[in-house]
Order: sequence, then C-alpha cells, then structure tokens
Amino acid sequence: MTEVSVAKDDVPATGDLVVLKSVNKHFGALHVLQDIDLTITRGEVVVVIGPSGSGKSTLCRAINRLETIDSGDISIDGKPLPQEGKALARLRADVGMVFQSFNLFAHKTVLENVMLGQIKVRKADKKVAEDKARALLDRVGVATQADKYPAQLSGGQQQRVAIARALAMDPKVMLFDEPTSALDPEMINEVLEVMQQLAREGMTMIVVTHEMGFARSAANRVVFMADGRIVEEAVPDQFFSNPRSDRAKDFLSKILHH
Amino acid sequence: MRRSSGRHTPGPRHAEAREIVFDFLEGYDLLGAFWVTVQLTLLSAVGSLVWGTMLAAMRVSPVPLMRGFGTAYVNIVRNIPLTVIILFTSLGLSQTLGVTMGAADNFDTQNFRLAVLGLILYTSAFVCEALRSGINTVPVGQAEAARAIGLSFTQVLTLVVLPQAIRSVVGPMANVLIALTKNTTVAAAIGVTEAALLMKKMIENEAQLILISAVFAFGYVCLTLPTGLIMGWVGKKVAVKR
Ligand SMILES: Nc1ncnc2c1ncn2[C@@H]1O[C@H](COP(=O)(O)OP(=O)(O)O)[C@@H](O)[C@H]1O
Ligand SMILES: [Mg+2]
Repeated sequence: MTEVSVAKDDVPATGDLVVLKSVNKHFGALHVLQDIDLTITRGEVVVVIGPSGSGKSTLCRAINRLETIDSGDISIDGKPLPQEGKALARLRADVGMVFQSFNLFAHKTVLENVMLGQIKVRKADKKVAEDKARALLDRVGVATQADKYPAQLSGGQQQRVAIARALAMDPKVMLFDEPTSALDPEMINEVLEVMQQLAREGMTMIVVTHEMGFARSAANRVVFMADGRIVEEAVPDQFFSNPRSDRAKDFLSKILHH
Repeated sequence: MRRSSGRHTPGPRHAEAREIVFDFLEGYDLLGAFWVTVQLTLLSAVGSLVWGTMLAAMRVSPVPLMRGFGTAYVNIVRNIPLTVIILFTSLGLSQTLGVTMGAADNFDTQNFRLAVLGLILYTSAFVCEALRSGINTVPVGQAEAARAIGLSFTQVLTLVVLPQAIRSVVGPMANVLIALTKNTTVAAAIGVTEAALLMKKMIENEAQLILISAVFAFGYVCLTLPTGLIMGWVGKKVAVKR
C-alpha cells in the first residue's frame, strides 16, 4: 500500500499568498496607507507592529476589502481583490479575520456563531457544520461553552470562539488585528497559545500585535509601520535586538520600558 | 323564582337595570364592528411590517438609488395626514385610476382592501423608522464580522443585523401597532364599517353619548392594552445581551 497524502499541511505549498503593490489609501486629507508593498508567502507568519494610528488596522481591513483602497493592487492567492458582490464575498470567506473586540454575533450561541458561515457561505450540511464547529471549539478549548451566548463568556473565551469561527471557513490566510489588546492580562496567554498552535500547523497569518513574546516565538518576519508607511522589515530577533530605523528604536524603547 | 340575593349572583333586579342601561346597544352589531377593526389592524400590521422592513433595508442599502427611494418615501408619507392617504386610495386609486383591489363588484370589500392598503402605506413609514433606529443600536463590528466570513449584503442584513435590530425595537414597534389600531378609525372616512363608523351612527341615533363613547373607548383599550403588555414582555425576553 502506498500512502496517499491529502492533508495540505504535509506538503508545504510555496508561493506568494498575499501580495500588496503600491497600495495607497486616504481618509480625507489623511494619507493613511502610503505606497505599501508587502508580500506574504504561504505558511508565513508576519507580525505588524507600530504606533497607534500608523495604519495597521487599515492595512488588515484593506486586505479583505472591509476598507477600499485608492490605488495599487491587492491579490490573494494570485487573484486580484474583486470589486463587490458575490466574488468579493467568496474571497472574504477565504480570508479569516479576528477583531480586537471579538465581534461574535450577539444573538447567536457560540456553536451557532461557528456554524453560520459554514452553512450560509460554504453551503455545508447542518450536521457536518455542527460536527466541525464542535471540533474547532474543542481545539481552541471552549467546547463546554458551545450552548452559551457570547455575553456569558470571558473575553479570552470570546476571542478563542472568534478564532474558531474564522477557522470554520478553512481560510487561506488569517488576519488578526490586535487580538489581545482588549483582554485582561490573565487571558492574553490563552489566546496567544491558540495562535501559536495555528502558526505551528502552518497557517499563513498576518498579526497586528505588540506581544513581543509571540512575535519572537511564532513570527517569521516583523513589519514595522509608522505614519502609513512600512518603515522596516526584519526577522523578529534582529528587529527587537537591533532595529535599524530611528522610528523603530524610538517605538521599541517606549514599549519596552513602560 | 326564588333566589338568594348574594353579592356575586346578579338578581333579576340587576339584570333589569342592565337591560335599561345598555338598552342603546340593541340592534347594533358591536362585536361585528370591532371584528372589522381587528381585521383591519392585523392585515395592515402584517403588511406594514413586511413593507416597512423592506424600506429599512433600502435605507441602509449600499445602492444610492434604493437609499434615495427609501428616504424619500418615508419623509413624504409620514408627513401626510392618514385621512388624506386613505381618501387618496379611495378617490385617487379606485375612482380615478380604476384600481379595484380584485373586488370590482363589491364596494364593501373594495373599500376594506383600499383602507388596508392606505394603512400599510402609512404605517410602514413608521415601522421603517423604528427598525432603522434599531439597526443603529447594532454595533458596526457585528456587520463587519458577518462580511468578513463571506456573507452577502442581504445575508448580513437578514441573518445578523435585522434579527438584533428587531429585538431592540419591540417596545417602539408596540407603539406603532397601538397607533395603527387607533388609526383604523380613519377607514370610516371611506365607509368601512369598523367600530368608529358604528360609533358615529350610534351617536347620531341614541341619546347616551357618554356611555357610547365609554363603550367604544373600552373596546379600543381591550385591543391595544394586551399589545403593549405582551410586546413589553417579549421585548425583555428577546433582548440581546452585549
Ligand atoms: N473610518 C475612518 N475614517 C477616518 N479616519 C480613520 C478611519 N479609520 C481610521 N482612521 C484614521 O486613520 C489612521 C490610521 O488608523 P488605523 O489603521 O486604525 O491605525 P492603527 O490600527 O495602526 O492604530 C488614524 O489616524 C485613524 O484616526
Ligand atoms: Mg488598530
């Protein structure tokens, strides 16, 4: 018997998954994204770091077109971002997003939160969707909370459900926008552990975070943003111990000795 | 006929008194008239909830034309007196344009349907605005998360935003429905034989003005009070916790 390998994790496919080319975006007079060039390859984990207001969230949101861009190109897995309608919805399903404020559907149970997209977007059978949802909830450690409503969960639990909800769509890439910033300190690690696990399993991830422990242990690359520009890119150790730009040095000195 | 005159068993003398006091009700189909009022209310309620929801969807739609239509509709319709709208359905639609509502040979049915149409056109503007204020209570993050998992605009609205918006406006919606119940009296203007028309007729024929008014007031309260109570209870029950 020859072993047939089907799991995609077994063969680390290569190639560029997310490509941004000279992306520009304004909010009125504010030039919030300035000539952003960024390429993320399959399986890569990129941490985006930078001062508040530097455009990190806008960058994330532009990647699944929650925010439109003024010029430049963004493509996911070789396909340019569609304008609107069905094609855009399909693309969004392939890009998982985890928000700072969790944004779980407040009127649905935890289980329903994780099933909704599978049933309505992927057209999965209800039973199949439920099994998958329960497995994912188990994986992020909140299986026992399946029948509760989001408001009954702690922040850390809600964020792990949000990760499960995004994973339920089998995304090609996961975007995390400061996933632990709204959490009480004692809950940060339970979320970071889930993310670390994901990174180890080969998920392509773009993570906006100031958690340096996570960046050092899980990231392949750190992207430093300031004033709407990518100022510096480096492997985590090099960036944290030996930043090149003054902006990065200044920023790191602030978050290191607060 | 011997009967103990206990406090709780109405003796013949009570019955006699009642007969005299409520004498004026005789010969009038009070229940029938209120039944028409109930029918007007229920049909118009269903219609305006449906059309009002569609209007609210238009008002938050990304398509400018739809938004424009929704806004124009609400601002025009809610500023026209209901009597004018009801008269318009009768004089304008029916008598001028020949809209018969599928009942060309039966004037009563035709007028009833025209009144329902008018009430729907009018009430839906208020349903729309109540719903829209409910939509505004739903945090934008809810819609963004829904878009982010790949739901279409319609799905975001019907699966995530509206269910939460509706839960938060059960109370205001009760006000709209209570107002609708009372507004059905305007249908009398085009001859629909609902409670208010009967009241007018009775007042013309009978002497007990205050009693007649009281009976009808009581009838309307019987219809509206449960609406408020039940919807207040439902509103608490379905409220979304955040
Ligand atoms: N919807 C918006 N309208 C106007 N300005 C915005 C909007 N969203 C963000 N901004 C502005 O754009 C800048 C970058 O915001 P953001 O991407 O959220 O930064 P970061 O996530 O790095 O803190 C900020 O100055 C912010 O005030
Ligand atoms: Mg941000």
